[in-house]
Amino acid sequence: MSDLYKVAIVGSGPAGLSAAGRAAALGMSHVLIEKTDHLSDTIYKYQKGKHVMATPSNLVLRSDLDFDAGKRETILGTWDEQSDAQKINVELNGEVSKVEGQKGDFTITLKNGKTLRAEAIVLAIGTQGNPNMLRCPGSDHQMIQYQLDDPGEYYDEHITVVGSGDAGIENALGLAADDAQRNVVTILNRRDSFARAKAANVSLLEEAEKDGRISVRRETSPAGVKDGELVLETRDGEETIPCNRIIARTGSQPPRGFVESMGIEFSSEDRSAFPKLTPAFESTAPGIHVIGALAGYPLIKHCMNQGYDVIEFLNGNTDLKPADEPILSEKFGALPGNHSVEHWLDVFGGNVSVLKGLSTLQLRELMLDSDVHSFEPGEAIFRRNDPGSSLFAIAEGSVSVEINPNDPSITVPIDQGSIFGEVGLISGRRRGSTIRAAEPVVAIELARNAALKLIATSPEAAEAVNRIAVERQLLQMFGSGLTPNDIAPLVEAAEVMDVKAGQVLIKEGDADQDVYIIRRGSMIVEKAIGDKPVFLSYLPAGSYVGEMAAIDGSARTATVKAAIKAEAIRLPGEKFAALLDNNPALREKALTEMEGRRKTNAFIESRKDNFGSAVDLYSETAQFLVDEGLGEATDVLLIDEKLCIGCDNCEKACADAHEGLSRLDREAGRTYAHLHVPTSCRHCEHPHCMADCPPNAIKRGPDGEVVIDDTCIGCGNCQRNCPYGVIRMDPKPPEKPSLLKWLFFGSGPGPGEASYAWRKENGDPEQPKQAIKCDMCSGIDGGPACVRACPTGAAIRVSPDKFLTFTKLTEDVD
Amino acid sequence: MATTPKNRFSQDERRRNADHVSFLKHKRFRWLWIALVLCIVSGLGYVMIDQEPRPNGGSWYGYTLGTIGLGLIVWLSLLGIRKRKMTTGQWSLKAWTSAHVYLGLALIVVGTLHTGFQIGWNVHTLAYVLMLIVIITGIYGVIVYATLPSTLSSNRKELTRAQMLEALTALDRQLESAAQPLDRDKSDLVISALEQNVFYGGALARLTGAYPGCATKRALASLPEHNTADGAEERVRSLLAKRSDQLAQIRRHLRIRALLEIWLFIHIPATIALLAALLAHVVSVFYYW
Repeated sequence: MSDLYKVAIVGSGPAGLSAAGRAAALGMSHVLIEKTDHLSDTIYKYQKGKHVMATPSNLVLRSDLDFDAGKRETILGTWDEQSDAQKINVELNGEVSKVEGQKGDFTITLKNGKTLRAEAIVLAIGTQGNPNMLRCPGSDHQMIQYQLDDPGEYYDEHITVVGSGDAGIENALGLAADDAQRNVVTILNRRDSFARAKAANVSLLEEAEKDGRISVRRETSPAGVKDGELVLETRDGEETIPCNRIIARTGSQPPRGFVESMGIEFSSEDRSAFPKLTPAFESTAPGIHVIGALAGYPLIKHCMNQGYDVIEFLNGNTDLKPADEPILSEKFGALPGNHSVEHWLDVFGGNVSVLKGLSTLQLRELMLDSDVHSFEPGEAIFRRNDPGSSLFAIAEGSVSVEINPNDPSITVPIDQGSIFGEVGLISGRRRGSTIRAAEPVVAIELARNAALKLIATSPEAAEAVNRIAVERQLLQMFGSGLTPNDIAPLVEAAEVMDVKAGQVLIKEGDADQDVYIIRRGSMIVEKAIGDKPVFLSYLPAGSYVGEMAAIDGSARTATVKAAIKAEAIRLPGEKFAALLDNNPALREKALTEMEGRRKTNAFIESRKDNFGSAVDLYSETAQFLVDEGLGEATDVLLIDEKLCIGCDNCEKACADAHEGLSRLDREAGRTYAHLHVPTSCRHCEHPHCMADCPPNAIKRGPDGEVVIDDTCIGCGNCQRNCPYGVIRMDPKPPEKPSLLKWLFFGSGPGPGEASYAWRKENGDPEQPKQAIKCDMCSGIDGGPACVRACPTGAAIRVSPDKFLTFTKLTEDVD
Repeated sequence: MATTPKNRFSQDERRRNADHVSFLKHKRFRWLWIALVLCIVSGLGYVMIDQEPRPNGGSWYGYTLGTIGLGLIVWLSLLGIRKRKMTTGQWSLKAWTSAHVYLGLALIVVGTLHTGFQIGWNVHTLAYVLMLIVIITGIYGVIVYATLPSTLSSNRKELTRAQMLEALTALDRQLESAAQPLDRDKSDLVISALEQNVFYGGALARLTGAYPGCATKRALASLPEHNTADGAEERVRSLLAKRSDQLAQIRRHLRIRALLEIWLFIHIPATIALLAALLAHVVSVFYYW
C-alpha cells in the first residue's frame, strides 16, 4: 500500500499537467496519473509539426508551466522539460480501472494492478475516451495498435486493419497507396457492406480491391491474435492469415460511463452535457474534481488555468478569483452603477428566469460568451429585419415590441426577467419586429452557441424558451389586434414536433384539419398531378400551413413535407377555427391569402395541361435544388451552365478578393438541367459548421453571412461537420506581386489562387493552417466578387425562397 | 396551403446581384440600345452634314468620329484589365462584357464613317483593317459564348477536369494488371495505349477532335469483339472501350474549351497591334497636318 497523497490527478493533458505543476510548486504531495507512456496524449497525437494556437488571446495564462502558440513539438518539449524541473511526480502507463473510497481516502486501482491512495482526485481525462479493444483472445498482443500516424513508415509487412468506418478504410488505403512499400494489406468487416463509411471512401476501397491492392474480407471478424498470425472467423469457418501488425479502428468509448461509475452526475441525458460542478470544480461525488475538456472547456488556456485554480482551491485558497475575472469586469464595466462582477452575476442569476438553474461556474462561462448592454428608454435594441440569432434576456427594466410594422405605436411589453429574440435563435431568420427599451434596461445578449448550450444543459431554460417562443410566434404571425389572451387556448394546445427530412406533415386528400407553423427548417408543398408529384412551393421557417382545411373543412389539397430536418408547431384545427371566428379581421386576412394561393395552384395545374414540360422542368429543378441543400440555405451561389464558359474568373476573383485562396470550387458539385451548384458555402440557417467550434470563431455577420474569424485554431471540426464540403484548411498564402508587375514583367503567379508550389516556396512555413470558407465578401464594397467577376452572367447568388418559384426557374436567360 | 413571412429580402436584394440574365440581355439590352443610337446618330450626321470637299477623316466631323472611335477602342481594350483587377465597388463584369460587345459592334459604323470610304495602302487603312479583324474575331467569340456553354456542361456530366483524369488513371491501373495474360503483340498494343500522352495531338487535333494516331483506338481495333472464349482478352477489351470513352469525353472537353478560346489568340494580339497602328495613325495625321 502506498502513502496517502493529498491529491491524485488523472490525465496529464494541459489541465492535469498544470494542476500537477501547481501542486508541486505548493509542495503538496501529489501524483499525476497518465495512461500512456508520455505526457499530454491528445496533443501528442496531433500530426507532426502542427501549429497549436493559444486562444482566447485576451485570457491571461495562470500556470506554472509555459504555453504559447507554436509547434506541437516545441510545446510538448517545454512541458516535458518543465515537468522534470518542477519535480512533478508522474505515474506513466497508469490507466485507471477503478476508484473506491470517499473524500479523504480514495483508493485508485490501475490496470497494471498497482493501487494509489489520495485524499482528493482531480479528473482531467479529456473527452477522447479509450479505443475499443478487439474482442478475442490475444487482444492485448503488442502487434495491435489503435492509431496510425504515418502509413509511409511500414515496409514488407502483412498488415490487417480491423474496422469498417472511415478511419479504418482511410488507414488501409494509406498503407496500400504506395506499391514500393510492398505491404500486404487486409481489411476486415464484420458485416457484408461498408454502410457506416462515406461513399467516396467506399468506392476508393472497392477500386483498390479490384486492383488487388487491398484484400477486403467481409463478414469476417478476428478470432485470435498470435505471434505473426491472425485467426479469422469467416462465414465458412476459421482461417489463419499471416500478420505482423494489426490496426484496430473499431471506435472508442466516450469517458462518460467511466466518470458516472464514480458517482458523478451529469447535468442532463443529452450527449453534449457536462458533469455538474461547484464553483471549485467539485463534482457531485465529494472529493472528486473535474476540470478541462471533460468539464466543458476545450481550449488549452482554459484547461491550464483550471488546473492551477483547482489546486489552489484544494489548498484552501478560497479567495482566488477565476482567471476570467478581468475579462468579465471589463465586460460589465460598460454597465451603469460601477458594480462588481459578483454584483452583476447575482443580478443576472437572480432576475433572469432562464438563468435560474445555473451554478456560478456555469453562469461565468455563459457570460464569457455573451455581451451585456444598457439601453436608454426609447433606444432600439434591434430592428425588424436585422439579421441576428442571439437571445436577449432582460436583467433590469422592460422593453416594448412593435408588433405592427406600419404603426410603431402599437406595442406589447416584455417584462424584467423575460427573454426576447428567441425566434431568430430558433429559426435562424431575420428579426421579426423592432424592440425598444421601455425604461432603462440592462440586457444580456447570449450568442447563438451559448444560448443553444444553455437550452441543452438546463431543462428549465429549455421549457421557458419553448413556451415563450410559441406564444410570440403566434402573435407575430397572426399580427394586429391579437392579445396574448386571445391566443392563450391555442398556446395551451400547441405541440412542438420534430419532423425528419422527407417526413410528410400533411398528406394530400386527408381529412385532418390541424394547422402547422414551421418554426425551424423548411418544407416543400407538392401536389400529385397525373401520377407524378409536382413541386408547388417552398416554405421557409416562419410560414404556416394547413389553414385552408381548418377554415372550410375541405380535404387537404396538397402534400407538405420537410425539405430538411425541421421543427413544427401543431395547432388543433378547431382551436384555430375558433380563433378566426372570434376575430373577423383575421378571418378576412386569412381568406384573402388563401385565395391567392388557390390561384397559384390553379395556374400551375392549368399550365400542366398546356406546357407539361415547363412544369416538369420547374418541379424537377426545384426538387434537385432542395436535395442540394437549398432547403437550409440562406444564400447560395449557382452557376447557369448555359452561360458558363468555364473561365474560372469567379474562383480567381474569390482568391484575389480575399487573401489569395479561393473559397469556391466551380467545377465540383452537382448539375441538373444546366443549373450547377458549385462547392461553395450555402450559409445555412443553422450552420452545421458552428456546432462544434472550440474558440467560437464561426459567427453570423450583419448580412446573414456565416464567417470564420481569426481566432480559428485550425482544429478542422467545422470542415468535418460541413455536409457540403465547402470548408478548406490552408495556411494564409504570401502576398503576390501586383497585377501590373505580372502583366508587364511576368513576376508572380498572376491573378487568382497561386499554385500550391508557389505558395509553399514563397510562404512562411510557420504560418498555421486555418479554416477558410465563403464569407459572402463581407465588408467588401460591391458585394460577392464571384458574381461581380462573371463575364457572362452565369454566376448568380440566390436565396431559396426567392429562387424556388415557377417564374424564376423557367425563365429564358440567354 | 401556406402563408410565408413577408419581412424578408429587401436587404438581401440590394446586396445580391441576382438578376439571372445573360450578358447579351443585360438590363434589357441597355448597351444594344446605346450602340444603336450611336450608329444612327453617326450615320445621320454623315449624311446630313455637308463635308467639304468630301467626307474625310480630316474634316471636323471626321475628327469627331475619329475621337469617339479612338476613345471607344482604348476603353474596350481595358476590359482585359478590369477582368483581372478585383477592386471593390459596384461594378459588374457582365455589364462590362455587354457594353464591350455592343459598343465594339458599333465601331464598325463609327470607324467606317470615319474613313469616309477612303481605303489605300497606308498605316491608316492598316489600323482600320486591324480593327475589323478584332471585331470579326469578337463576333465569333460572342457566337461561341452564346452557343457552346451548354454542350460543355452536358459533356462534363458533373465531373471535374481532375476527376476525368483520375478516372483515366484508375482505368489504366486496371488495364495494366488485366493485360498481363495477353500475348506479346497484343500486350504491346495495350502498353502503347497506356504510354501515349493523354494530351497528345496538336492544335488541329484539339480543334477538330480528330486523333488519327490514337493508340487506344488501335489497340481496341486489334481485339475481336465478343471473344467470349478468352476471358482475359474480353476484360481488356471492355476496359479499353471504357478508356476510349473516357478519352473521348476529355477530348470533347478540350475541343469545346479550345473553340471557346481560340479567337482570343487573334483578338488580343490584333488589339495590341491595333493600338500601335492607331498611335502611328494619330501621330502621322498630326505631324503632316
